[in-house]
Amino acid sequence: MSVQSNVEVHSEWGIVSARQAGRNLAKELGFGGVDQARITTAISELARNIYLYAEKGEIVLEGIEKKEAGGVHRGLRIVAKDQGPGIKSVREVMEDGYTTSGGLGAGLPGVKRLMDEFDIDSITGEGTVITVVKWLR
Amino acid sequence: MADSYRLMQEQYVKILKTYLEDKNEIGLYQAQQFSKKVLENQISPEEVVSLHIEALEQFYPDLPQGAWDSFDFLIEIMMGYGMAYREHQILRDKQKELESEINVAANMQQTFLPDEVPDVEELDIGVISVPASKMSGDYYHFVKDNNGCVGVAIADIIGKGVPAALCMSMIKYGMDSLPEQRLQPGALLENLNRVVEQNVASNMFITMMYGSYDPRVHHFYYSGAGHEPGFFYNRAEDTFEELYAKGLVLGLNRDTQFREYHKKIEPGDFIVLLSDGVTECRTAEGFIEREELTRLIHQYSDLSAQEIVNNVFYQLEKLQGFSLRDDFSLIILRRKV
Repeated sequence: MSVQSNVEVHSEWGIVSARQAGRNLAKELGFGGVDQARITTAISELARNIYLYAEKGEIVLEGIEKKEAGGVHRGLRIVAKDQGPGIKSVREVMEDGYTTSGGLGAGLPGVKRLMDEFDIDSITGEGTVITVVKWLR
Repeated sequence: MADSYRLMQEQYVKILKTYLEDKNEIGLYQAQQFSKKVLENQISPEEVVSLHIEALEQFYPDLPQGAWDSFDFLIEIMMGYGMAYREHQILRDKQKELESEINVAANMQQTFLPDEVPDVEELDIGVISVPASKMSGDYYHFVKDNNGCVGVAIADIIGKGVPAALCMSMIKYGMDSLPEQRLQPGALLENLNRVVEQNVASNMFITMMYGSYDPRVHHFYYSGAGHEPGFFYNRAEDTFEELYAKGLVLGLNRDTQFREYHKKIEPGDFIVLLSDGVTECRTAEGFIEREELTRLIHQYSDLSAQEIVNNVFYQLEKLQGFSLRDDFSLIILRRKV
């Protein structure tokens, strides 16, 4: 439906640009203030992971739709991809309280809880692709 | 979720309005009650800010734009708390799960210990064993053989909690698999040492004392594997002496030999066996002295063996502010007068 926007992340500026693009799209789609903040926080976390562990990668943002019994559902999809070292044990980083994320609920489990859908693919030595979706309520 | 948010919002608007009109303590008390309710409904901090913003939009629609913008800023600040809050909920559930698992394991572990002390005409036996937390790294065991001899074992796994408890279960099975006939203490420890050496990680050690009381001659034969020395109470002289047995801890070296000692026990004499949790009771002034312990035992020595150990435990527990730092086991065997 709507155009997708790609933001390259290889510096903290990239993180800010990704947030900005995410917030604009979230507003456009009609997300409220709290959900906008959740979406940008998720983008922040994903982009920071790219910046810290893979050095560079990109965040792809897109408005999406799905047809359901109640009508058309709209949402925002974020794809974070990099060609970094990959994650050795996904199960470990998805565990709550895993410490390298800086603790206190941040990190990938935190992102998962902020969003409605979460999917991760990581191959050691090749990179990581994380896809998350927030649906409009 | 969405429904409870709507309900919360209606209530929030109502109680905030009341407070803004009356500005009294009742209103603030309602706010405090409401804060419990938002927690119950798992409303996260950034949503509470959002409730506030929505209420203000109704009451003061004409606030300057800068004020509205600042709320976006505040919501962003609250996001960190929101994430920590959600993680906290999940970790709390996990903790409950772990706790119930440990409770099951702790109950299972209790079944490894003897239900009761052996009934021997010549002896008065008392025992108490209390873990510092839920699971214990201390182990004790009684056995009465065909000759009427009473074997008593006390073991302490270095460390505590779950790893020590796992190790302790192995000691129990090791003891159970020893030959049926009566073993001399030294030979028993040598057997057990081989089991431990083969089955336990090289960084886990077990100290143990094993003794055998022969009621026909009233001799106590014992050997030790690096275990905290016990005491022998000589009633005629009213003195305590150390019950020491030289020997390496179990699991260190496959071919360790254990020397056997013996003591003649006269009527009223008693043997005290203990784990280091007893002597390592820490008070504000440091570890208690072993003399302190013998003084306590002496103080209650007119009571039955079971009452002595119960009282000593109570006094030492009290000294430590009712929180044990290490597993605590104390056994007394007294020749009846």
